[in-house]
Amino acid sequence: MYDSLDDAISAANEAGVSLAEIALQSELDSGLMDRAAVEARLGQALDVMRRGIEQGLTGKMHSVSGLVGGDAAKLIAGRGPLVGTLFNDVLAGALAIQEVNAAMGVIVAAPTAGGAGVLPGVLMALGKRSGATDQMLIHALAVAGLVGAVAAARASLSGAAGGCQAETGVGAAMAAAAGVELLCGTPTQAGHAAALTMQGTLGLVCDPLGGLVEVPCVYRNATGSAIALAGIEMALAGIEFPIPVDEVIDTMGEIGASMDVRYKETAGGGLAATPTGRRLAKERLVQIRPRGAAKQAD
Amino acid sequence: MVSLLDIIGPVMVGPSSSHTAGACRIGLFARRLVAGQPEHALIELHGSFARTGAGHGTDRALAGGLLGLAPDDERLRDSIELAGERGLELEFATVKLRGDVHPNTARITVRRAGVERRITASSLGAGRIQVTGIDGYPVEVTGDLPTLVFVAADEPGVAAAASGILARYQENIATMKVFRRRRGGAAIHLYELDKVPADAAIEDIAAIPGVEWAQILDRVT
Repeated sequence: MYDSLDDAISAANEAGVSLAEIALQSELDSGLMDRAAVEARLGQALDVMRRGIEQGLTGKMHSVSGLVGGDAAKLIAGRGPLVGTLFNDVLAGALAIQEVNAAMGVIVAAPTAGGAGVLPGVLMALGKRSGATDQMLIHALAVAGLVGAVAAARASLSGAAGGCQAETGVGAAMAAAAGVELLCGTPTQAGHAAALTMQGTLGLVCDPLGGLVEVPCVYRNATGSAIALAGIEMALAGIEFPIPVDEVIDTMGEIGASMDVRYKETAGGGLAATPTGRRLAKERLVQIRPRGAAKQAD
Repeated sequence: MVSLLDIIGPVMVGPSSSHTAGACRIGLFARRLVAGQPEHALIELHGSFARTGAGHGTDRALAGGLLGLAPDDERLRDSIELAGERGLELEFATVKLRGDVHPNTARITVRRAGVERRITASSLGAGRIQVTGIDGYPVEVTGDLPTLVFVAADEPGVAAAASGILARYQENIATMKVFRRRRGGAAIHLYELDKVPADAAIEDIAAIPGVEWAQILDRVT
């Protein structure tokens, strides 16, 4: 697998093939699986994403704490200026998946469980509108996987290591490149879409109330998908981001490494540390009730 | 190197790969130590597992693993109720384990058919786990490869006898580790194998003089 998106894009351009082809080829080079098996696994992921959105949009998925749930359904029935548009579908899909996740439903962790809403939100809505086949969506997922793998190699995918920019930020960059692939943009445009998206999520902290993957995570997946949509729109219009995508990813890693620990999933800073954040965490955090005295350590 | 499918996956029950997928795998490991569904399990949660465990469904994921449910099984959400139906009695407690212990750690004591075993394991992220203790012995098991575990008298020849049996069954040993608590007591042997060996091989190893018990911990999904 590539550790440079710029290299992967150059390889695609030189060979005159799609970025998905380069991503799949590099996966096959590891020799663990054949092409049909890889595509079948991505197809299964696609089914889980599709089912998750349906499940979330029922409005019946609520978390154990009761802090989140039901908002995806509210959004599609809302009165906002985007109701009935692709944009609303994207936001609702991202919320839906993340509500399913918080309610212990089945999701595809892509890149992680906490950032799992962005990619399906963007891809399913774009696929529906463009009439994409499953095969096209599978190829888009392969591009998303490539972007995530490069981010994992150069930076991090963990909120605890790099803040939310490493989770929903990477998810958004993955969705942006995948969206360009799905809409038949060029490999170069896919790279710009990822860079244009990620520059908009740099510095994003991971500050969940009580340490639960609920608030703000659910909403941050929706806003992350909006940024991805902006990246796709700009890249397909031929807008180019002057900093190469690899350098943007490196910047994300560098910011993550130097980020204060309070902003890395510890619930010690950001929204988690607000008076209301602390109060809600205390009220809603269901504690394991010990039965009998706690035992001494080994 | 990271694979495409590591990024687009795993398919799992939310909300967190550490708190649900990893916890479920810890439960599956504990279940394998007694080769089936335990009748009773004491689940002790340490660190972040103790603090946010219930909100993250860690308790349900651990219980689901003990019932043999996979990390992507939707029934994980209802595993506490399912345990009641299937005759698994659950007891939860919080614990402060000593030393440099990973924040997402659980200690589980399982009982089945008169056999009691205890496992301490940590959820490392992305669903990966590491077993750090079995029956009080310090160990390191990740489950990346099938691992033969047995406890035997700390005396010469035990490892030779066991590796001889594995050779007879054409099983290849990838790594071997032996830990003991004190000289001349008992020792735990952990052999990572290329594949899950035949049941007969495990039975033969359990029958070596001085071996108290033997079990295979195979890779969990």
